[in-house]
Amino acid sequence: MTAGSHPEHTVELSINGVPVAVQTDVRSTLLDLLRERLQLTGTKKGCDHGLCGACTVNVNGRRVVSCLTLAVSIDGATVLTIEGLADGEQLHPLQQAFVDHDGFQCGYCTPGQISSAHALLGEHARGDLSAASFDGPYTDLARGPETLSTNEIRERMAGNICRCGAYPNIVEAIASCLPECGR
Amino acid sequence: MLARVWQMKAFDFHRAHDVDDALAVAGTTGGSYYAGGTNLLDLMKLGVTQPSSLIDIGRLGLDEITATDSGGVLIGSGVTNSAIANHHLIRTRYPVLSHAILSGATTQLRNMATAGGNLMQRTRCPYFMDVTFRACNKRRPGSGCAALDGFNREHALFGASRSCVAVHPSDMAVALAILDAVVHVQSREGARSIALSEFFQLPQDHPEQDNALSPGELIVGVELPPSEYAFHSWYLKVRDRHSYAFALVSVAVGMTIDDGIVTSAALALGGVAARPWRSPDAEAVLVGNVADITTFGRAAEVAMNGASPLSQNQFKVDLAKHSIVRTLHMAATRR
Repeated sequence: MTAGSHPEHTVELSINGVPVAVQTDVRSTLLDLLRERLQLTGTKKGCDHGLCGACTVNVNGRRVVSCLTLAVSIDGATVLTIEGLADGEQLHPLQQAFVDHDGFQCGYCTPGQISSAHALLGEHARGDLSAASFDGPYTDLARGPETLSTNEIRERMAGNICRCGAYPNIVEAIASCLPECGR
Repeated sequence: MLARVWQMKAFDFHRAHDVDDALAVAGTTGGSYYAGGTNLLDLMKLGVTQPSSLIDIGRLGLDEITATDSGGVLIGSGVTNSAIANHHLIRTRYPVLSHAILSGATTQLRNMATAGGNLMQRTRCPYFMDVTFRACNKRRPGSGCAALDGFNREHALFGASRSCVAVHPSDMAVALAILDAVVHVQSREGARSIALSEFFQLPQDHPEQDNALSPGELIVGVELPPSEYAFHSWYLKVRDRHSYAFALVSVAVGMTIDDGIVTSAALALGGVAARPWRSPDAEAVLVGNVADITTFGRAAEVAMNGASPLSQNQFKVDLAKHSIVRTLHMAATRR
């Protein structure tokens, strides 16, 4: 593909606290923008169709799949990627929990898992529901479940697939981190 | 996979400033409205659809949920699925809607997908989704229906035709069906309201037309009238895995129960037709009778009268009956 033959757009974003302005093909996804233009290769391309969650990042405070996010559509947005979680050489507590609980094997899905789990903790803290919340008492629906059961964590992480099958350790890592790691 | 993505045709991109702007651009370009993009962008990557223009409707201010004077709610078409499911008015007055929405997709996708886009999403029939299959009347009118005698275990039991046996994939719409939702739309000619029961079109001879919208018409909101079903309601979704899959069968139920007797009821099925399938006959069986397994079983039998299974989906008839009984039981015994 020749870049000159298609409409180019300027997209301005704040990525991990750093303002960037980048010229991009109108068809570019946020995922391709991060990886191919900005060399932020922590975010991974798995299925490229929104099915696997490897490309999960946070846009304007919400976890999304960056492979189905058209870059031009989020002009002006604040983006948090896996590269923005650690504090220098100090791992984020959730990253440390994945290490401590052996929450991965090959590691390819891990940035997406951790980005997703990071958002999950914040969602739970503010009282968001999941389909699993309906298994609890009716009062939970107004406030959101107080604790995150294994079923809750599994349901809330359903958008992140791990082909190595490290799920039990991923769930343990997230559960060990409640609730203060969501910040 | 990267090569495949770049098969996507380039397009003009317009960011609409307000509804009038969006309608005007759609009128002059014939482009497609773009909100969450979770279905549209995927279909563009797959080459199933190739719009010449996208009109970004993400910044039209249609992102609020408000209480109406009648005691209902108005959901802006740009409100995300997550925001709907977690809004206090929806949780408390229409929990079945929260339940249905949270039963679909994943948090990441629900954070992107919108109310309007949910209604506009296309079928996940594999013959529609993959352009290497030549026959799909919904994708290429007149080309035939490969699912009719092909892989059709997930396909329709009701309302299908020789030209298309696909189902609508929305969970949200099944709950909206029992809540008697109204879809508000606008065009350059003005505004109109479409009852959800009239919104989706059965395939008949034109499966390429999913719904009652005219070209360029824009969904601006979904209104819910007041509901008495807040307590005795339930959504059950049965699928090939526990989470993150489309429904084989789903059931939405709302009832009022007085002294053990069902006094009103609404029941709709998902995953069995090109629209949410309300069952007035089952509702009639429920109302006036004791809220027990016997009544629920009779309602389930009646609901599945007239089902027309295909070569691979006969199992969905029994699955639906059992699912209806279980959903009614859950709604009746809700703690």
